[in-house]
This record gives sequence, structure tokens and C-alpha cells, in this order.
Amino acid sequence: MKSFLNKRAPYIFIAPTLLLLILFSIVPIAVALVISFTDMDLGGLANMDRVGFIGFDNYAEVIQDPVFHKAIYNTLFYVVIGVPLVILFSLGIALLINLGTSRIFKVFRVVYYLPSVTNIVAVAVVWSYLYNPALGLFNYMLNSVGLPDVPWLTEPTVAKLSLILLALWKAIGLNMIIFIAALQGIPRSYYEAAQLDGANTWQQVTLITVPMLRFAIFFVSITTMIGWLQFFEEPFVMTDGGPLDGTLSVSLFIYQNGFQFNNFGYAAAGSFVLFICIIAVTLVQLRLQKNETDMT
Amino acid sequence: MSSITAGKRKGSQEGKSGRTFQWISGIILTIGGLFFLLPFFWMMMSSFKPENEIVQIPPTLWPETFTLYNFQYLFENMNFGIYLRNTLIIVAFSFVGLLLNAAAGFGFAKYDFKGRNALFVLVLATMMIPSQVTMIPVYLILNTLGLTNTMTGIVLPGLVGAFGIFLFRQFMSTVPTELLEATRLDGASEYRIFLQIVLPISKPILAVQAILTFIAGWNSFLWPLIIANDEGLYTLSVGLSLLKGQYAANFGLQMAGATFMVAPVILLFTYFQKHIIENFSISGMK
Repeated sequence: MKSFLNKRAPYIFIAPTLLLLILFSIVPIAVALVISFTDMDLGGLANMDRVGFIGFDNYAEVIQDPVFHKAIYNTLFYVVIGVPLVILFSLGIALLINLGTSRIFKVFRVVYYLPSVTNIVAVAVVWSYLYNPALGLFNYMLNSVGLPDVPWLTEPTVAKLSLILLALWKAIGLNMIIFIAALQGIPRSYYEAAQLDGANTWQQVTLITVPMLRFAIFFVSITTMIGWLQFFEEPFVMTDGGPLDGTLSVSLFIYQNGFQFNNFGYAAAGSFVLFICIIAVTLVQLRLQKNETDMT
Repeated sequence: MSSITAGKRKGSQEGKSGRTFQWISGIILTIGGLFFLLPFFWMMMSSFKPENEIVQIPPTLWPETFTLYNFQYLFENMNFGIYLRNTLIIVAFSFVGLLLNAAAGFGFAKYDFKGRNALFVLVLATMMIPSQVTMIPVYLILNTLGLTNTMTGIVLPGLVGAFGIFLFRQFMSTVPTELLEATRLDGASEYRIFLQIVLPISKPILAVQAILTFIAGWNSFLWPLIIANDEGLYTLSVGLSLLKGQYAANFGLQMAGATFMVAPVILLFTYFQKHIIENFSISGMK
């Protein structure tokens, strides 16, 4: 018995995790695909006989759903505005921190990373208060320098930008750490050679640092883009998709249809549309990255 | 470390312009940093304010009357004690998951078995699957197993994760095989090797993963929200989002709840930040 167990050891080590991953990550893909072709709802949950196969009806319906269109538009808005901002700010801060030599710069690392580890619900609650039209700190600060109120969460486009601002605050830390790690991987000799040739700091940054960071920038842009495509907690806690579905994201659309309206089949179809978009975006980016490295 | 010594060298070569640059970047980072900390500061200050001071215009930054009433209310009238207990149960279970991840990482790192590479690719592939796609089917699977509205149902789907397995594998593949062989010759079983040799050696990565696991467990939101209908199973995050809905106008209470959620993580993170950031630097990008 003992030798049997010993021989099987590697399988016993990986079995529990693998079973859990298969049960909760791999199998659900197949389940989602199957139910996206059915009219499963709360009634079907109790009694499987009431679930009917309806083919592509869910997909046809979701593609024509104006609310879904709005969710897609908003999600694209988040991606198009949010991703460049995250890259720009986290790279900029990483560069500034990395070039600093004093001890205080280690403190900055912690300060900028802090929002990344804190609870999203708590953060959303706090920012709702900051954005409050009457009591919030932001409007008070604007007023005190003579600027008018901003309708932070009450006007659809401004509300989207407000959520982006919050998500940016939360996303910078982790990406900054990734950039700092990449910056420290650049060989010092490159800079020394450039200095001998008389390059100033700006030239060193633009001609050595940024090109050497190409992989890190690619990595951050792809993970950030996938993250924004799945944007959920901020609109869920702060605006519940409002005003006028102005902040509704595709993820929130799926959640609402699945767990508030209990249309599991319909929500599953929506989730597959999102999944296909994410795969497409990833493949396009991989292709772009490949072309770029081919050229150099 | 290397950036510091290199910076000093650069400083002596470039002299004045380098130092000016340092000052400028220091000032920019300080201003930005203040804005980064502002929401935390505002949250904590507001949580100690009585209600009349919260609605006061112009707002005061520092509480004039310092009160713990908001925190007291959370525990006496809002079941935050129960939410805290549930959250801690989830954290405790997530440490079991941590050990499972470690075992799997060891299995992938130090054994050559049939199907190893294919299975590892399968593990990595699960990182690519968005939670929105699995959300509904996992709910249906748990429902079929009769696990909705149970602690098991909340904990099970997130117990193990590909990223953790990956990090453990990376670290454990650096453990010398000779050491394992020597222990084997002494007659130790594979499980003893794992528990008494590999785990102690892996202490650095184990510690970092433990902190990250704690933070993730403490912050868990979506699954408890979906699976638990019974308020007796809510976590702090779910309780807090509920509070925001029910006490929309009572910001003192909301800020107290948020402070209670955020403060432990900030303290823990600040204390261990060096290890966490280095772990990311080592394992995150290479």
C-alpha cells in the first residue's frame, strides 16, 4: 500500500487542485455553452423538464438588445480611455520612482501600491462619498478654487469618466510594480555607454528605457485591456449601471440578467459574446506584437 | 538596489542636473502621492465624525468631536460581527487552498509523470477564462450539488488558482533534486519530503502567498454575493455593499464600514510590503 501511494505521489499532489480547477473552470465553459442555447430561467433551475432547447435565439436576441448595445459601447469607452491612461500613469510613476536614489522613493512605491490591495467595495463606497454632489470633497475642492460643480455620477458620460478615474487610481499600483521590475532588468551598461556618448537623461529614457520596456508595456496593455473588458465591481457598487444605463458594462449586464432577472440562458449567451471579444482582442494584440518584433 | 548605486555614480558624473531632476521627480511624486492617499485619509477622518459634522458645509477634514459611535453601531445593529466571522472563515479556508496550490506546484516542479506538460498548460489556460463566463455555470453546478447558501459553496470555487500554482512551481523547481534524493534514501516517503523538506525551504514564497491569500480572502465579494441568500453567510464586503444600499444617506456609517475593511489590509501590507513587492518583481515578469 505504502509503495503504491508513493508511486502515485505526483498525481496525488496535483489531483485536488486539478479536480477543483476542472470542476470550476473547465467544465463551466461547456455548461455555459450548452445553456446559452436554452431558455433556462429560475423555473428551469427547479425543474429541468422546463428547460427547452432554442438554438441561437438567445444570441440573436442579445445582439439586437439595445441595452446590450449600450453596455458594449460603455465597455469600449472604458477600454479606449482607460487602457492608455493606466499605461501612461503607471509607466510615468515607475520611471520617476526608479530614477530616484533617496530612501523616500521606496515610500512612494508603497503609497502608489496601496489602492491596489484594498477592498473594491470599500473603495467604491468611499469614492461615492467623494463624488457626492452636496457633501462630497471633490465638488467642495472645485468650488473653493472657483470652479463649478461637476455632475460626477449623475450625467452618463461624466459618470463613466468618474468610474475610470477611480479604477485608474486602483490599477496604477500593480502595473507600476511590473514596470519597476522590468526597469531594473535593463543592464546598467547601456546607460553608461549612452552617458559616455553624452546622452542626457531624457534621451536615455526615450532611446533606451522605453524600447527596452516593450514587453512589459505589451504585458500591461493586454492584462489591463482584459481587465477593463470585465469591468464590474465599480459600476455595480457605485451606480448599478445608471444613470440611464450610462455606466452599465457588459459584465454588469450579464450579472443583472443572470442573477437579478434569472435569465440564465440569455446571460450565458451574453457572456459568450464577451468571451469571444476577449479572445479576439488577445489574438489581435499577440499578432501585432509578433509583427513588431519581426520588424526589429 | 542596483538603481541606488548606479544613481549615486550618475549623480557624481552629472552633478547638478541629476540632483535637480531628483528634486523635480520627488516633488511630482509627493503631490501625486498626497492625491493617492486622500481618499483613505478622508474615509478614516469621516468615520470618526458624528452625523451632524458629516453633513456640515463646508466640510471639515479633522473631526471636531471624535466619536466611535459609527463603529459601535455597525457591530450592535448591523451584524458586522457575523460578517467578520464569515470573512475569517473564508480566510481560514483559503489557507487550505494555499497548501493545495503548494502541493500541486511541487508535483509539477519535481516529478516527471505522464501528461505533466499537457496538464500544466491546462492549469495555465484557466487563467484566461473570464469569471463572467463561469459565473452562471458554477452557480448551476453548486446548485445541483446542493451547495448554494452554504459556506462550502462560497469557498470551493475560489479555493485553488492557477497563478498560485504557477508561482509555487517556479520556486520549487529551484529546490535541489539531490536533497530530495538524499531524503528518499533515508527512507522518507514522498509526502514527508513535501511536508518536512520542501515546505520549510519554500518559506519565503509561502509567506508572500499567505499574505496575498489573506488579502484576497478578506476582500472576497462576488461569490459570497451570488451564492449566499442568507444574511448569516454574508461577508464584510457584501455587508458593506448592503449597508450602502440601506443607509445611503448615512456616510459616517459607510465610512466606518469601509475603514474597518481597509485598515487591516493597509497595516498588513505596509508591514510586509517589501516582501510582497519583491515577490512580484521576481515572479511577476520573468
